[in-house]
Amino acid sequence: MTLSLALYQKLYLVRWATEAIRKEYPNDQIKTPVHLSLGEEAIAVGVCHAIGKNGLFYGTYRNHGLYLSLTLETDKFFAELYGKRTGASGGKAGSMHLTAPESGLMGTSAVVGTTIPMAVGAAFANRVRRTDKAIVVFFGDGALDEGVFWESFNTACVLKLPMIFICEDNGLAPHTLKVDRQGYPAIHKVLERFNCLTFRNETTDVEEIHSLALKAGLLAREQQLPVFLHLHYYRYLEHVGVNEDFDQGYRTRDEFEKWYKVDPINLQRKRLVEMNLEKEVSDVENQVREQVDRSIALAKAAPFPDKADLFKGVWS
Amino acid sequence: MSESKESRTITFQEAIAEALNQEMARDESVFVYGLDVADHKGIYGTTLGLAKKFGGTRCFSTPLSEEAMMGFGLGAATNGLRPINVHIRVDFLLLAMNQLINMVATHRYGSNGKTAVPLVIRAAIGRGWGQGYQHSKTLQSIFAHIPGLKVVMPTTPYDVKGLLIASIRDNNPVIFIEHRWLYFQKGIVPEESYEVPLGSGKIAKEGADITVVATSWMNVEALKAQEILSRRNVSIEIVDVRTVAPLDKDVIIKSVLKTGHCVVADYDWINCGFSSEVAAMVSEECFGRLKSPVTRIGFAPTPCPTTRALEDEFYPGAVDIIRAVEKKLGLSATDISGDDFYSYENKFRGPF
Repeated sequence: MTLSLALYQKLYLVRWATEAIRKEYPNDQIKTPVHLSLGEEAIAVGVCHAIGKNGLFYGTYRNHGLYLSLTLETDKFFAELYGKRTGASGGKAGSMHLTAPESGLMGTSAVVGTTIPMAVGAAFANRVRRTDKAIVVFFGDGALDEGVFWESFNTACVLKLPMIFICEDNGLAPHTLKVDRQGYPAIHKVLERFNCLTFRNETTDVEEIHSLALKAGLLAREQQLPVFLHLHYYRYLEHVGVNEDFDQGYRTRDEFEKWYKVDPINLQRKRLVEMNLEKEVSDVENQVREQVDRSIALAKAAPFPDKADLFKGVWS
Repeated sequence: MSESKESRTITFQEAIAEALNQEMARDESVFVYGLDVADHKGIYGTTLGLAKKFGGTRCFSTPLSEEAMMGFGLGAATNGLRPINVHIRVDFLLLAMNQLINMVATHRYGSNGKTAVPLVIRAAIGRGWGQGYQHSKTLQSIFAHIPGLKVVMPTTPYDVKGLLIASIRDNNPVIFIEHRWLYFQKGIVPEESYEVPLGSGKIAKEGADITVVATSWMNVEALKAQEILSRRNVSIEIVDVRTVAPLDKDVIIKSVLKTGHCVVADYDWINCGFSSEVAAMVSEECFGRLKSPVTRIGFAPTPCPTTRALEDEFYPGAVDIIRAVEKKLGLSATDISGDDFYSYENKFRGPF
């Protein structure tokens, strides 16, 4: 499979799984708050594909893109959303704390900024144990408002830890604009004064993000420094939940229309069609749809955890 | 005193340093980090020399970033290392509560038991003089309230070494609370490495008439009370719980069933505290055998004042235990006018 098609497969998986959740959610069988990835897909897919199996990844509650592009699996994913025993964490984690350590997804969290120091500790362990991993942490622009971001970033710069900090900036946290939250003009201008490397890009082109992540990984390793990537996307849906919220007055549909012209899935699909790969595209799409349908059916049919499972897993 | 191998006497602080040295030599995944752990003072001497001996990646001073440093420990602990995060005052640990409670305590459960978190958090507590309300708390009840955290409160040099080694080897997050006045207490400590199991209390002093359940420094105060009351043939049994979570209920229950009376002398506030937990547990388990209701002793329900005149009123001590025991047993007040009690001015001298 070519790189372009492989990237599309992951983009489409994230998009289609999200659309499936939107369809299923009103049935009230998925009983976990979902922070959906519509609009954000190119960042998770581009970065995860670039870093690949060699990475240890840390993320946020908006983690479906991360989980799916790292694992490519949907059985445990949907089972977890449905709260079933067969879920990625037996139903204990739900949507907001999805992990898949066997695929490098080490931590995601519902409290903003909290996995950032964890990633710094992982980068330290990686250096001490010479495990030769690439450490990547994703967070939103809201995390920049948290003290722990600054504590963690500073520590990574002091210790000169090679790792990648990725700010997925959608300009909202959760409904408050950056101008009302940030007393500085541009985060990369602030952070470039630290002992690190910074990059900024507003693209929604997955291939461009993929290249940038490859470069960031190489530079972090070569220069033994943290790299800060400031990337941008538009959140198509409400902060949490499956609906649009353009009628709520804090933003307009016009903004969405502008960003939708460069929708990451459409962009990549168009590129593949122009490469005369329409059939391959359609095969990938059919495969993904079948996979998601099958996983949802399995998740619905799976048993809930045993009552005794409540007490399992607290202690080693 | 003999310095033979069997009865070597060292301080509590030396016992901590020895445990750290032995575990760091035994297991290269163990490292010590925190504010000023590698400076010339070395956290009351407990971390002195570690950076020189084991190198700057095994013992290092960090930025003043308690929350990030706690998360750093979680990241390191879930990637093959065994971090020991040190706080010279437990009060500073409050800056890290988000990471501790939201992240560290839940991580294993959220992974459905797959990912262990072998993280030790050492925190010093203490008393006088003039430490005031931000350098004087204990907080063990808050930590012990959270599922997923173990809480250890050693009293003797022997126990601190064995409990610290057991904590480092444990695959769960452990809060290890050290009272500053105990650092200078001496006791017999074997040179070789050994573990005191977490979740095991002990009878610090056998007795027949009344049980005093004590934590940390309150064991020292309880021994003083025991010594004074023994002059009147009152026999106190002291239970040193050693770990608050998990709690060794059996050792407490067995003692109270024997004596029929229970005083809980906790080194913390009473309200919603560990002493309340023990009182409830004793009531549940020993109800028909109790000769009196459980009595709780702890800090005054105020912030800790700075002035010595009020600080002495804030902290409970041997006299409070003596008076509580007399009341329960229906005895007149013992004459303690000739007795010395522990205080800052008395150089904290204790019995170990």
